[in-house]
Amino acid sequence: MTFGSDQFRLKTGLAEMLKGGVIMDVINAEQAVIAERAGACAVMALERVPSDIRKEGGVARMSQIRIIRDIMASVSIPVMAKVRIGHFTEARILEALGVDYIDESEVLTPADEEHHVDKHDFKIPFVCGARNLGEALRRIAEGAAMIRTKGEAGSGNIVEAVRHIRTIVKEMKQLTVLSKEELFREAKNLQAPLELVQYVAEAGKLPVPNFSAGGIATPADAALVMQLGAEAVFVGSGIFKSSDPEARAKAIVKATTYYQDPEKLLEASEELGEAMPGLDISKMQESELMQVRGW
Amino acid sequence: MGPVIGVLALQGDFSAHRNALKQSGAQVLEVRSVAQLDQVDGLIIPGGESTTMLRLLRLENLFEPIRNFGQHKPIFGTCAGAILLASEVLHPTQPSLGLLDMTVERNGYGRQVDSHIADIDIDGQVAEAVFIRAPIIRRTGPAVSVLASSGEIPVLVQGGLHLASTFHPELSHGSSVHQFFVRMVEKAMQERRSCLS
Repeated sequence: MTFGSDQFRLKTGLAEMLKGGVIMDVINAEQAVIAERAGACAVMALERVPSDIRKEGGVARMSQIRIIRDIMASVSIPVMAKVRIGHFTEARILEALGVDYIDESEVLTPADEEHHVDKHDFKIPFVCGARNLGEALRRIAEGAAMIRTKGEAGSGNIVEAVRHIRTIVKEMKQLTVLSKEELFREAKNLQAPLELVQYVAEAGKLPVPNFSAGGIATPADAALVMQLGAEAVFVGSGIFKSSDPEARAKAIVKATTYYQDPEKLLEASEELGEAMPGLDISKMQESELMQVRGW
Repeated sequence: MGPVIGVLALQGDFSAHRNALKQSGAQVLEVRSVAQLDQVDGLIIPGGESTTMLRLLRLENLFEPIRNFGQHKPIFGTCAGAILLASEVLHPTQPSLGLLDMTVERNGYGRQVDSHIADIDIDGQVAEAVFIRAPIIRRTGPAVSVLASSGEIPVLVQGGLHLASTFHPELSHGSSVHQFFVRMVEKAMQERRSCLS
């Protein structure tokens, strides 16, 4: 594996720079400028935000290049874009375009139901979603330089994001108290490479930054996942589907920095207008869930 | 006990700096408020997004206090921190603290595909320099000394009380640059004491 390589260190290095920040979904240059002005540390360029993908259905693909190019030209912060799971050709196109990070995302319709992209083979870093430690380590083994817990994108409901970050943090803690021989067995249980399982047992954390996504709609949501161990947050539909996107974007940025400070969280939570409408995930069919995509 | 060095913890890789400072014998405090700034002898402004930090500095009324802090106490800026310390910022132009007389171009090498690792020479020692969407120092003022360059481009500079690097020493093994900054902070403390006595 190539985790100590210069190329991999540069990939995780950019993720280090995004820590403590908010990465915002945007669908055009105008939204990207609002996001940057509000303090986003990066933007995710996409054609439709997850809540619209959910509503409209059909196949969700990599964005139109023209949109991504416009966004790259309009802001100075890093620009990320999504590819379908396993669609390494979409990824090659984004690499040629020169985006700063690629999200191999369950929010888009998967292109391959067995394989993810071999991410070591790219110069551009990748972020991937995960619901538990085994999934996170499989993605890292494939070359992901950042993990984001999946949550349930486009739901406006934080419950899945909380479940996923708590699961990963708990599973990491459990590894730290196991003996060496128990780690062999645990690698089998987690369906993850032994080398990465041993790393986590030793370090108590992932070998790449661990961010949170999927369902963050309020400053309090962002602060909650940060308190649970996320190192930065992705906000998708939560900003531009709310009644006052700029105010909400600023408030979520503030809450992510001051997640441990209730007074600042109170300031961030005042006069925000309406949050996006939320969905009750327990009433949804498994086929409606995005988080189950990815293997 | 070493000096207390703050790491501005609004956004960015402040935890990497915290680790490097600890290895260099300093006590470390994360700084998110004026009250915390008042407790430290020196400050590191980490890598991250300068636009994000700038917005939070202004929103939380930390911009002027840090500028005043820099009149008496050392600040070390890496990457985004170097941009915030500069007297002039290009590509695009944006406000900055103006504590170091230099012109810095944001994302001077290009985008993430142009991020790279290079060997540089610091005071006769070869050191690794990690550049991530790094800025380029286009001009340094007469009172600013260049401590290291990569090719023709200055990458580590010192002006008065302050230090700036366009690379990330906090992401490399070894903490010689942080040790250098800790010594700058200790020297400034001694000088302030001798002024008072």
